[in-house]
Amino acid sequence: MSRLRFIIPLVVFALLVAVLGIGIRQSPDKNIIPSPLIGKPAPAFSLPNLIEPGQRVSTAQLRGHWYLFNIWGTWCVECRVEQPMLLKIKQSGVIPLVGLDWRDDPNDALSYLKQEGDPYETIAVDQDGSEAIMWGAYGAPETFLVNPQGIVVYKYIGPITEEAWQREILPRLPLASTPAAGSSS
Amino acid sequence: MIPELGQFALILALLLAALQAFFGIVGPALKRDRWMAAVTPAVTGQFVMVATSMGCLVTSFINNDFSVRYVAENSNSALPLFYRVAALWGAHSGSLILWIFLLACWSIAAAVGTSRLPRAFASRVIGVLGVISFGFLLYTLATSNPFLRLDPPWPDGESLNPILQDPGLAGHPPILYTGYVGLAVAFAFAGAAMLEGRLDRDWARWTRPWTTAAWAFLSCGIALGSWWAYYTLGWGGFWFWDPVENASFMPWLMATALIHSLAVTEKRGLFKSWTLLLAVLAFSLSLVGTFLVRSGVLVSVHSFAASPSRGEFILTFLVLMIGSALALYAWRAPLLKSEAGFELTARESFLLFNNILLVTACATVFAGTIAPLISGALHLGKLSVGPPYFNPTFLLSILPLLALLSVGIHASWKRGNLGNRARILMLTLIAAAVLGCAVVFGLFTGGRVLSPIGIGLGIWIILSSLIDPIDRLRRHISIPRAVLGMTIAHIGLGIFVISITSVEAFTAEQDVALARGSTAQLGAYEFRFEGVSPIEGPNYSGVGGTVVVTHDGAPVAVMHPEKRKYWVQQTVTTHADIRMYRVSNVLVALGQDLGDGRWSLRLQVRPLVSFIWLAAFIMATGGMLAISDRRYRLARAPSPASAAVPPAVVTRGEAG
Amino acid sequence: MRIRAGRLLLAALCASLLLGVSAAYAIAPTRMPTPQLEARYLDLIHGFRCMQCQDESLADSPVDLAADMRREIRDLLLAGKTDQQIRDFMVSRYGYFILFKPPFVLGTAWLWLAPGVILLVGTVVAVGVIRKRAAIAATDPRDDDLTDA
Repeated sequence: MSRLRFIIPLVVFALLVAVLGIGIRQSPDKNIIPSPLIGKPAPAFSLPNLIEPGQRVSTAQLRGHWYLFNIWGTWCVECRVEQPMLLKIKQSGVIPLVGLDWRDDPNDALSYLKQEGDPYETIAVDQDGSEAIMWGAYGAPETFLVNPQGIVVYKYIGPITEEAWQREILPRLPLASTPAAGSSS
Repeated sequence: MIPELGQFALILALLLAALQAFFGIVGPALKRDRWMAAVTPAVTGQFVMVATSMGCLVTSFINNDFSVRYVAENSNSALPLFYRVAALWGAHSGSLILWIFLLACWSIAAAVGTSRLPRAFASRVIGVLGVISFGFLLYTLATSNPFLRLDPPWPDGESLNPILQDPGLAGHPPILYTGYVGLAVAFAFAGAAMLEGRLDRDWARWTRPWTTAAWAFLSCGIALGSWWAYYTLGWGGFWFWDPVENASFMPWLMATALIHSLAVTEKRGLFKSWTLLLAVLAFSLSLVGTFLVRSGVLVSVHSFAASPSRGEFILTFLVLMIGSALALYAWRAPLLKSEAGFELTARESFLLFNNILLVTACATVFAGTIAPLISGALHLGKLSVGPPYFNPTFLLSILPLLALLSVGIHASWKRGNLGNRARILMLTLIAAAVLGCAVVFGLFTGGRVLSPIGIGLGIWIILSSLIDPIDRLRRHISIPRAVLGMTIAHIGLGIFVISITSVEAFTAEQDVALARGSTAQLGAYEFRFEGVSPIEGPNYSGVGGTVVVTHDGAPVAVMHPEKRKYWVQQTVTTHADIRMYRVSNVLVALGQDLGDGRWSLRLQVRPLVSFIWLAAFIMATGGMLAISDRRYRLARAPSPASAAVPPAVVTRGEAG
Repeated sequence: MRIRAGRLLLAALCASLLLGVSAAYAIAPTRMPTPQLEARYLDLIHGFRCMQCQDESLADSPVDLAADMRREIRDLLLAGKTDQQIRDFMVSRYGYFILFKPPFVLGTAWLWLAPGVILLVGTVVAVGVIRKRAAIAATDPRDDDLTDA
């Protein structure tokens, strides 16, 4: 053993290099925090409806079908980037988009949607940001895939791209996914 | 023209470094005297080329040459001249040039310093330094060339991050890097010893001054960085256990252990392979630190803009450099044996624990720093490690160290009989404990359990360090510089411990909302807010507040916190105003306009905080004083005759 | 040169995510009804990492998200929740990453145990070395006159 112990530093160093090497591979994702909500029920909420003031949007209403919960805001640069893709998703009719308008003045949000188009089935208003915290959001846009039982299946951070849609979201939907009730609007 | 010259000089430096490495290592191996003689011209040439290259880059900055991309990205014509020069090391590529330049400086110094040592050994030392230079030059030219041109040149630059436009910017990186890079010399000495297959007490004596010098610079560099963070960024915070801070702290811990281990090797010829390993690891940690900061693997606001390819290159460099050093160690170290003995209470024993505790502390910081990486690599989830981890675990190692110090400096070599010192030590311990408690509970109320321990330990260290010099003065014996240096350094440490404990225990801080004319109270301090007015600077504008501070009615200062908006980047930065009053620092920072003339303000009183950095400087001074001791200048090359005849009195049991 | 993007610049970058919205600043005078609540509040917000400016605590981060989270914590405190409940609330939404203090669970136990274990191993090694050397010293008759340092 006494001669072998001099190899220990080299062995420890080799292990360290392995860890650092893996670290480099993973470094582009180092700021992406995996969501602890995956596999858990979506936070229950009942919030004002942006389009139909006086009405409310609640999780109870959304039960029974798949939906994409998309957190956005007019101040968010990346949200504009994903706007065309969201409109495309709406066109396809595969799954409805439920929007959470994060920290916006409702009038700003309405004029934004008028200008850019409205890809959402319904939009909930979260003016003070407390709902977004419930979902563990830390930057817009963030999108959650929720199943008919109300369980969060997947979280996507950043603007949704065609690739993300094809690779991450579509495969997670059941094959015979029917357009959700009331998706055309 | 000038940037081309700079790049060309860099390429020449690369070639010269290669020659330096080749002649330095292969020359002694093949016993070619002419080759060994070529090392000095090679290293001199490399230094000249690197200096030229650096000079060209500086000139480009001074001349606002925005055809050079690095200048355009980091400077601006409105930037004051001082910051245009300092902007050179403001980002990755330029900071590498600084690194390489300092390495060349140390190499030249080492060439001069080893000129009277055995030729083969000295060549190897410079040769190893050449390998390191070569690696960094290659990396710079291949991935981070600061002389790249922009076509067409930008009309003006992006300017320097406003936070970096500060005198601290000028001082912190060069001094810190001098320390970082200086550890390469100890590494080179270790490398030379391993290549030679021999390590003796002379080797330890030769290595000590270089290590201590690098350590002193590192101490100052870290302290400067902490001080700068304090008054620029941290709302009064000065240490965050940030990965980049840790990257500079770990080599410091290792270097401290190395200094003490070298003492044992020099004195008794013990701990040879251990000292060798420490010398390799200290610089290795410098390199790993460089990697961590630039590769982007860690979340840190301090890290350079990174890319995976940069990280991969440095990692390869690390593997080659450190891997071959450790492989060499595994091969050669078993040969190093010593036959000397020492008792449980001897100084060697205390220094052994000193090393164990320092290395444990270093390993602890290391574990916390790379834990997020390990957790990610093993898919254990995303982890975050902050001060609540580092503080208690670090103290676990450091408290015993501080306690042992006061006794250890009085233990004699080999036979550990404290003799008549024991009584005095007991008295100083009691005095320190009493003082510690008195300070904490008498002057202030509150303070945590560790506070009297911390202050007591600090006082004990100071008192204990003074025993020997006072005793010598009384008996009219001279105090060698090495002893004086050690005393000063330890006293500095004591001051450091007292200051940090005081800051942690007695800081008072509060965020308040004040209207013009209202006051807020913080302990005995009263802060009266006098409103804000517009301000203007060379490349910024903003608002400045006026706050009148009094203590128990006596005037303290009129403070002017500012909020600046820099024109180019359009970012708003907050400049707290910090003044010293008696031994405390008072900090006022301007927050936000709350409307109706009310503003939010941060008020903070931190006792003894400035002494933290003063203490670090004192430690460094002690180190430099110790180096100047005469015995390090006696680097007589042993003649073949004297090597064959073992010295009469000591070291009969030396092998190897 | 250690710093390229200082804390405040990063904060500005973070703030740029919130285009046009003036960032709430980190200096936030709070009005908790009792000193105990105030102390707990300060403790809590210093223990959570800001998720946007990840190098800062909730206490120091100037972005809106941090202000929102501070408000949530304040509300939870006023509602009578314990510190642990509040931590659990945050962790259940953001994961362990939001805590500056790594938890003591299976995946992180090694981190918390490492310092103690290393210290223990080091002490054992030191004791072994000392015993060996003391044995040598016991058989060594000379008392060398060695000057110190």
